[in-house]
Amino acid sequence: MTVRDGLSADRVSRTLGGRLVLDGVSLAPEAGATVGLLGPNGSGKSTLLRLLAGVLAPTAGVVTLDGDPLDDVGRRALARRIAVVEQHTDTQVPLTVLDVVRLGRIPHRKTWLPASAEDDEAVRDALEHAGLTDKVDRRWQTLSGGERQRVQIARALAQRPRELLLDEPTNHLDIQHQFDLLNLLVGLPVTTVVALHDLNLAAMYCDQLVVLDQGRVVAGGSPEDVLTEELIERVYGVRAAVTKEPEGHPHVRFVRAPAASRPGATVQ
Amino acid sequence: MSVEPLTRRSRLPLVLLGGAAALVASIAVAITIGPANIRVGDVWASVGARLGFGESGLSVIRDGIVWNLRLPRTLLAAVCGAGLAVCGAIMQSLLRNPLADPFVLGVSSGASTGAVLVVVLGAGGGVLSLSGGAFLGAVVSFAFVLLLSHTLGGTTDRVVLSGVAVMQLFSALTSFVVLTSADAETTRGVLFWLLGSLSNAGWAEVGTCLAVLVATLLVCGGYARSLDAFAFGEDAAATLGVAVARTRLILLCATALLTAVLVSSAGAIGFVGLVLPHAARALAGPSHARLLPVTALAGAVFLVWVDTLARTVLDPQEVPVGVVTALIGVPAFVLILYRARGAR
Repeated sequence: MTVRDGLSADRVSRTLGGRLVLDGVSLAPEAGATVGLLGPNGSGKSTLLRLLAGVLAPTAGVVTLDGDPLDDVGRRALARRIAVVEQHTDTQVPLTVLDVVRLGRIPHRKTWLPASAEDDEAVRDALEHAGLTDKVDRRWQTLSGGERQRVQIARALAQRPRELLLDEPTNHLDIQHQFDLLNLLVGLPVTTVVALHDLNLAAMYCDQLVVLDQGRVVAGGSPEDVLTEELIERVYGVRAAVTKEPEGHPHVRFVRAPAASRPGATVQ
Repeated sequence: MSVEPLTRRSRLPLVLLGGAAALVASIAVAITIGPANIRVGDVWASVGARLGFGESGLSVIRDGIVWNLRLPRTLLAAVCGAGLAVCGAIMQSLLRNPLADPFVLGVSSGASTGAVLVVVLGAGGGVLSLSGGAFLGAVVSFAFVLLLSHTLGGTTDRVVLSGVAVMQLFSALTSFVVLTSADAETTRGVLFWLLGSLSNAGWAEVGTCLAVLVATLLVCGGYARSLDAFAFGEDAAATLGVAVARTRLILLCATALLTAVLVSSAGAIGFVGLVLPHAARALAGPSHARLLPVTALAGAVFLVWVDTLARTVLDPQEVPVGVVTALIGVPAFVLILYRARGAR
């Protein structure tokens, strides 16, 4: 067996509350690629991300970083390699944007010592990348949803990770901010695994797609290989027409089924 | 472009120096307040003599008032104030609950039960002192909270709920014992202790409490950055490299131990641990490397003055210090909640 570089999940399963949430999922993102995780609600996307982050341990299978099981890597070393942006974050603590981004340096800093020049530089770079340089003194509580996501991404970047995991970062954002955010993500020099809801955004921005359904991988590969009318009907239970955009990526257009043929449809 | 805050020089040393100076001055002045007419100069003279800087030139009685009564009492007030405030700050961050205080884990009610069992029922057969019984009670109740929260799943809110449940249980036990077995005189004594009192302060208490305070500050100071990481919850802290379960256990045990020692010596002085951390946050910001020392100093200065008030305002009668902290603490607390409402 060859040692894989980077983050890799090998046939991982996980039960939560007696239910099998992930069932033998393997995932090995290529270095620098943006991998989109798709699937209906409850298909196991968040759980897979938590396993990849090492926050949750698999009940079977193993997640490795450069060939080493996450358990052997150690929490701090892991946090210097893998950064996570959760779906929804909030705090009661009155933090400024700068305070939050600085949290990203925690895995790098030594106890009792003040921030080093490298810490400051990482924080400054992260703020710049996320376009937050003029917002450092803003209070977290006064930020919009899109700004908060940006701040969390800047915090993640301050960790100087090589792998970035995001759980539906575009949720609750308006369309312009969804595009802004994904543009930011694909421009980053890191391997990104991102759970997404919107099939078209995924098709537009991801190099690779992995589709989960009931805890299993049902499709994986380039957007055009994955996003077929047949797969969408099977996984999401909706009819769709998939066309090819001039830019090369597929475009999904959902088709409204006749009312009678929709299972369980009732007149409201 | 405003990235200067990154390189802004820390004002922390200045704040700490100022705070320390304020604390020393507060202690020196607080000692002079009271029925016997003592001057600040007398305080320095008495302390100087003990440290080997010649004779104090004070009468034995005046020297005794300074060295054996007021100095240990004021120092114990400072140590208790600092300790309770720091414990409160750590609990609030760790449990992500602005209402958390050092007593949220039932330590104080356990201590009360232990003390009452010793005083009223004579538990321990005369070997256990009141403070010994209180300490044992505190440790038992905290162990109970840990066991309960572990059984219930070990999440933060389970810890808080377990603490509340155990607190209710031990409070009920205390009330039961006092109501069924104590005579009026004992009840009065117990009540005074339950509300917090520094009147039994001696050098032994000061030494024990100070040693545990310093040890706890060193342990928790080492976890200052981990505490910062808890701002966005335990999962977020874990992805920032914090060993969440271990960190939580160590910090809970350290603060519970310190609280138990403080409560054993001075009773359950409420509100310091709840209100002071919020006030210190306004002064020092959210970073725990700054917040913890500032909170300690603020708590120390605060309780020195509150205790001075408590022992002089109704002179010669003494008001339990917990009553005064609550009288000052409740309005302060309302103000904090009001401001928090405004920030939403």
